[in-house]
Amino acid sequence: MKTLILSLFITAAISFSLHANNNAGDVPVVDFDTFAPRLEYDNDTIYVINFWATWCAPCVREIPAFEQLYARYRDQKVKVLLVSLDFPNQMDSRVIPFIEQHNIQSEVILLDEPNANRWIPIVSEEWSGAIPATVIYSDSFRGFYEREFKYEELEEIILPLL
Amino acid sequence: MRKLFLTFILGIFSAGLFAQGYQVGDVATDFRLLNVDGNYVSMSDYHDAKGIILIFSCNHCPYVVAYEDRMIELHNEFAPKGFPVVAVNPNDSVLVPADSYTKMIERAEEKNFPFAYLLDADQTVFPEYGATRTPHVYLLERVNGELVVAYIGAIDDNYRDASAVEERYLANAINALLNGERPDPDFTRAIGCTIKYQN
Repeated sequence: MKTLILSLFITAAISFSLHANNNAGDVPVVDFDTFAPRLEYDNDTIYVINFWATWCAPCVREIPAFEQLYARYRDQKVKVLLVSLDFPNQMDSRVIPFIEQHNIQSEVILLDEPNANRWIPIVSEEWSGAIPATVIYSDSFRGFYEREFKYEELEEIILPLL
Repeated sequence: MRKLFLTFILGIFSAGLFAQGYQVGDVATDFRLLNVDGNYVSMSDYHDAKGIILIFSCNHCPYVVAYEDRMIELHNEFAPKGFPVVAVNPNDSVLVPADSYTKMIERAEEKNFPFAYLLDADQTVFPEYGATRTPHVYLLERVNGELVVAYIGAIDDNYRDASAVEERYLANAINALLNGERPDPDFTRAIGCTIKYQN
């Protein structure tokens, strides 16, 4: 019985600490010039950068795949960044509640740059502007994907780069 | 065998072209789609128009909602000059119930749309045009009786705040056509909601 209580306590403590560790309290709002260097780091890490929004159903559907990728490869040189394109005035009403509700562990930033025609082609010339969209790059690879991902499809891309 | 091979190669090539959709300068195909008023509408119904502002649109997308008032203003500004707005909802209403025909009628009434709001029920129009998102604008110009794509892209450079717009890409493109000039730029990009279809 004592063991049961103890394990319940430990489980509760772990889930509490996991929950408390999500990024809800700290979602930086950045302009494109601040964000841009993160599209072209030159090192031995694989960067997975997903453009999404809370109101975008296919984006929300694929978020667990990125979370799984983050959880599985967090100890290796894989970096997952979720770039929210939500309206900045909906940070408190939509973005933060979404991160809390889904207990998002990956890093989240909100890109605040209304003139998309300027920055979309810098992310990728292939991008029409529809979301979800994802950039995956390393020092030897660059891929752009205007589509929805399943976990296995993401893993298939990054495994050869590890 | 050689002929078969050639047909095969041509098939791949044309499929590739199809997937690309229209580019500026391409002739746009007409359609016949159901309007929110219960009538079918074709672009050929606009006999006297100098062109059409074709906007792939919908109900649910926040980027569309942000632009609805500007779409109304564009129609009111440019329909008298020969460029009416025609909005087409390309989304599968099974996937997005908010974009059903009934909901389209409701939204058109709420906002009192002065323009046609059509349903691409078979989802055949948007792939031919190459539309990927809502809102996605195709400005068509009548040239020798045909509708030719003159501009593709965004309405302007600030989805969030109409009062902070610096470049009215679409309005500038129409004004260029009215002045006998070519739109510059004739292609812009914008964030939008993916068009929803079943694979």
